Amino acid sequence: MPDVLKAPLVVEFPFTRSLGPVQRAFFTGLREGVVLGARTTAGRVLVPPAEYDPDTAAELHDLVPVAATGTVTTWAWNHAPRTGQPLARPFAWVLVRLDGADTALLHALDAPGPDDVRTGMRVRVRWAAERTGAITDIACFEPYDGPPEQPAAHTGEFENPVTGIVAPARLDYTYTPGRAQSDHLESLARRKIVGERCPSCRKVYVPPRGACPTCGVATGEHVEVGPRGTVTTFCVVNIKARNLDIEVPYVYAHIALDGADLALHARIGGIPYDHVRMGLRVEPVWTDGARHPDHYRPTGEPDADYDTYKELL
Amino acid sequence: MTRQIAVVAFAQSDHRRTTDELSEVEMLMPVLHEVLARTGLRTADIDFTCSGSSDYLAGRAFSFTMTLDGVGAWPPVSESHVEMDGAFALYEAWSRLLTGEADTALVYAYGKSSPGPLRDVLTRQLDPYYLAPLWPDSVALAALQAQALLDAGDTDEHALAAIGARSRADATANPHAQLAGPVPRGDHLVRPLRTGDCPPIGDGAAAVILAAGDRARELCARPAWIRGLDHRIEPHSLGARDLTDSPSARLAAERAGAFERPVDTAELHAPFSSQEVVLRKALRLGDEVCVNPSGGALAANPVMAAGLIRIGEAAARVHRGASDRALAHATSGPCLQQNLVAVLEGDPR
Amino acid sequence: MSKEPVAVVGIGQSKHAAARRDVSLAGLVREAAQRALDDAELGWADIEAVVIGKAPDFFEGVMMPELYLADALGAAGKPVLRVHTAGSVGGSTALVAANLVAARLHGTVLTVAFEKQSESNAMWGLSLPIPFQQPLLAGAGGFFAPHVRAYMRRSGAPDTVGALVAHKDRRNALKNPYAHLHEHDITLEKVMAAPMLWDPVRYSETCPSSDGACAMVLTGRAGAARAPRPPAWLLGGAMRSEPTLFAGKDFVSPRAGRDCAADVYRQAGITDPRRDIDAVEMYVPFSWYEPMWLENLGFAEEGEGWKLTEAGVTALDGDLPVNMSGGVLSTNPIGASGMLRFAEAALQVRGQAGEHQVPGARKALGHAYGGGSQFFAMWLVGAEPPER
Repeated sequence: MPDVLKAPLVVEFPFTRSLGPVQRAFFTGLREGVVLGARTTAGRVLVPPAEYDPDTAAELHDLVPVAATGTVTTWAWNHAPRTGQPLARPFAWVLVRLDGADTALLHALDAPGPDDVRTGMRVRVRWAAERTGAITDIACFEPYDGPPEQPAAHTGEFENPVTGIVAPARLDYTYTPGRAQSDHLESLARRKIVGERCPSCRKVYVPPRGACPTCGVATGEHVEVGPRGTVTTFCVVNIKARNLDIEVPYVYAHIALDGADLALHARIGGIPYDHVRMGLRVEPVWTDGARHPDHYRPTGEPDADYDTYKELL
Repeated sequence: MTRQIAVVAFAQSDHRRTTDELSEVEMLMPVLHEVLARTGLRTADIDFTCSGSSDYLAGRAFSFTMTLDGVGAWPPVSESHVEMDGAFALYEAWSRLLTGEADTALVYAYGKSSPGPLRDVLTRQLDPYYLAPLWPDSVALAALQAQALLDAGDTDEHALAAIGARSRADATANPHAQLAGPVPRGDHLVRPLRTGDCPPIGDGAAAVILAAGDRARELCARPAWIRGLDHRIEPHSLGARDLTDSPSARLAAERAGAFERPVDTAELHAPFSSQEVVLRKALRLGDEVCVNPSGGALAANPVMAAGLIRIGEAAARVHRGASDRALAHATSGPCLQQNLVAVLEGDPR
Repeated sequence: MSKEPVAVVGIGQSKHAAARRDVSLAGLVREAAQRALDDAELGWADIEAVVIGKAPDFFEGVMMPELYLADALGAAGKPVLRVHTAGSVGGSTALVAANLVAARLHGTVLTVAFEKQSESNAMWGLSLPIPFQQPLLAGAGGFFAPHVRAYMRRSGAPDTVGALVAHKDRRNALKNPYAHLHEHDITLEKVMAAPMLWDPVRYSETCPSSDGACAMVLTGRAGAARAPRPPAWLLGGAMRSEPTLFAGKDFVSPRAGRDCAADVYRQAGITDPRRDIDAVEMYVPFSWYEPMWLENLGFAEEGEGWKLTEAGVTALDGDLPVNMSGGVLSTNPIGASGMLRFAEAALQVRGQAGEHQVPGARKALGHAYGGGSQFFAMWLVGAEPPER
């Protein structure tokens, strides 16, 4: 089998998360070294504090401090930590019921090995050296054999409360375009624009996506189209798009290549932007090192008659 | 009187670790053709179409819009999509048929887990404030649940290993399975779970056709009648739940009528061996019930399709007379947070 | 077997804004849901199932957020469905919820839709770079502007029509306290003077990016009888989809839209939509889509929709008011935008639309669309229950 075309696809964003009142108090508390729970009308103390009671859906606002010590309710030994996890060395995932809480918090436990961890063991919070108001202000838990710590009374009101967190997230994918698009891309490398014909309706799709979308069957027969085509419609772009190094204004057009049964999208160059019109005949301009035509330019032919392309509009 | 609706056809891909030579629609389309061919229906004969998939698996927004190309949605079709496992798409389609507005439905689901780091991708399902920033992966969460079961004395490592071994042995009879035959228990992935307790990661697609009443009898010699179908969710926080139990699965089963009469077969969507233990207890399945004859999710777990496949596998057994009353289950979310139960029956023979 | 008639007995929406920095994701969704419950005078325990919708999960960076939102939606022990049909999702979500009532699976269902676009960046979420493909060359407006030009060419509409729509909708938004944009000093001149971002589309003719949520409580005959305020009755609802791109696709007037409307009208016994329907809330992300949809939905002959706009027929005091709420042009939390249209239609026939109420509205159409003008969802609601 020939090598499959593939490329990295990175999905990454630093999400900005605004917080509700309970979360604001909880994260500000962590920054200040205080763990707060949310008390339900039934008197249960939820840690981490839910904004809404899982049992009754009631909005929660009664915040109470709990201890930074607690008991492991279950655990799992993670010998190969993954990116982003709390510790880079082997650790135990734990659910910990803090003293004074009725529910358990998920975090990491720093322990020498799995033989040092058991359900029911006592642990306490190890605070992060620098705290910003986030769940990661708890660096992890650590084994603890002292008495339960007594939480200091606290109202849940703080100076300079945290109002939001930034949650960066990056996932690394490998993108593969599939059979039909790979064939098309391979042709582009030879500066040929090749579409595929539907065996049922005989329409030619460029770029091909592997299926005729109206017939629901695989396309396969390669058909070279263009290189010339007709501008069916367009707009003049006056705003610079992010990550796109094109001087504005420029024309973004739908182009029906000769022999294709639908239009593809591309930029028009080689003509003042305000001279571009529907029906303009164009051809691709290739540049070295680029996979796709850089843009399309006028061929100098007479404009196509509206009736010849209105079905492709 | 409630309208009687049945699964009349099922098809699935051969599930594989990667399908990188195929786009999603190229992977899905043969499955759609196969399920339609089983009934002789064409897209134009289908009254309602519903699919399940996830943008996060592929790493691309609106990925489902491109797979619609495989349906041939022209003239336009009555169609919907859930960002859930296909089993929930089946639920939506079933509810449409119940109203009498549609007599036939095509349900499909697909998932390519191979392009991304699945364990990390699934961390994005978690509470974005308290959990997701810690990147607790899907295996770690299942391991916490498994340890809770061990602590409670609900299972032991040998019993877990036996579940994996039985599933892969049964999968030898399933030509679509990704992992079949003798599979070593392997090393701990996240202790107490070993590689053998975990599902294979892979790509796949599945499709089902539903039909109502006499239409179902025309399309299938022995329709798998949906006697009940229900789904329920639990609170999200793992520390607020009893991980050794699945009250939502039990409630769904109750509402689906699963406890009214014994089932002979159960297809459970238990990606981890330990989760079969939880589900058997919650669903009151005794040793006399044939559990996961297909090999279950331990043999093939194309995320977003694996739940629909459970319904399809259970239905296929009814179709061929290997079951008279089967339970099918699908799950979503960390540690079985959300559960769906279907009860399928064949006409008396 | 007959279907259970479906009634809207509670409607709620959040205050919409570019960034709702005062709430979490759950808080935003909850704001709308709680208002819907309050409107229906129901509690969380009265809700039997939840149907939630939103557009791509990348917007908030939470995969299948309904799992995390289960607690906020009071869903523990209940069924939750999550719908995603691109821009039409708010409408589809409501229809899926309505179907659960119609099928008599549940007596009372909460349906919610939301988007909190400020968590990321809408353009990032909509156009994740895909290897080997040409980057989207024109931004969101650039995708739609060529179709607007095609419409202008086909219909011969004067180029002022888009500005008329934008002016009308922004003026309507001033009467809607929940709307994102409140441009108190808006004038037609200002709309016309705005820069042409994607010629022929001006900046002032494009939708904003919003944080927002919408929710409705749907119930059957018995629930409607107990409702404290007049219900809106579902008289017809439908979804239609066609492929993203195909040979012969009509982007100006997609067949899926026409077929969807025809199905709704058939169910509701509408023979002349222009005469039989009192108010229309349609999904107009760029102003020119008003005349385009007027034609697509059968309110005007092909090429004639702009004449209704130009004649003031679609103004709040016209005889076919369109986008009384201020529309998508004034508020656009993408995943919720469709449901906001459906909710506005219901508000109108309940007589609950406040300052943007169309007096005496008895039948109203809610419309949503998405993807490459390919997914359509619509419902027609009335002040009277369906006959039968």
